[in-house]
Amino acid sequence: MSTLHTVNKSPFERSAFISALNHLRPGDALLMLEDGVVGAHKSGAFAGLLAGAAAGCSVYVLVPDMMARGMKAEDLAPGVELVDYGGFVDLVAAHQKTQAWL
Amino acid sequence: MAETETRPAGTGVKKKFMYVNRKTPYGTIYALEALEVVLISAAFEQDVSVAFLDDGVYQLASGQNTSGIGMKNFSPTYKALGDYEVKKLYVERESLDERGLKPEDLIEIVYEDEDFAEKPLVRIVSRAELTEIMAQQDVLLNF
Repeated sequence: MSTLHTVNKSPFERSAFISALNHLRPGDALLMLEDGVVGAHKSGAFAGLLAGAAAGCSVYVLVPDMMARGMKAEDLAPGVELVDYGGFVDLVAAHQKTQAWL
Repeated sequence: MAETETRPAGTGVKKKFMYVNRKTPYGTIYALEALEVVLISAAFEQDVSVAFLDDGVYQLASGQNTSGIGMKNFSPTYKALGDYEVKKLYVERESLDERGLKPEDLIEIVYEDEDFAEKPLVRIVSRAELTEIMAQQDVLLNF
């Protein structure tokens, strides 16, 4: 029973990202989209938390939202994977349910 | 609070206005609205400053490409601020650091002075410096 967790708010502004990390189970996936993408920066304040809490889980960033904010693939923390809108749909289909942290 | 003359509005009183930007460019409408208000305010010949801190620093990130999200990339408009006599742009250094960003990750905004020399408009300031600059303002508008 794996879950896709989505986070669409900046971790610098809301606690949704932290809460999502705190409720991940092995095998779950975390998708960072919209303003949520900024938490995936490798040199940012949340890189360490992301690496620790997401062990055993897959972490994805939605590419169009990343690009809109001037971020590039090489800015992302190690292990973060890229998905486009089609990949987003595939993630939803691949998990029993989606929890959208707002 | 700086001293200002007590005269009716519209008779030449100049106040120090600061627009405080603390949000990412596309997640909400705040950033675009702030930019429009700044451009409008430039017509009133006030002393205008614009601050970018917290997630607001992303508004000036270079290389924004919005082709995938169906929204207009309005970041080039910031480059026109100098032409509107808005010449005081402050970016908080600690906000950049926390986000893994460096000053060179920001778009270049210049102003052409009387000698036609291009001068940078963005000043990277510390949190303590920005605190003092905020304290000198008459009006602070947050977006």
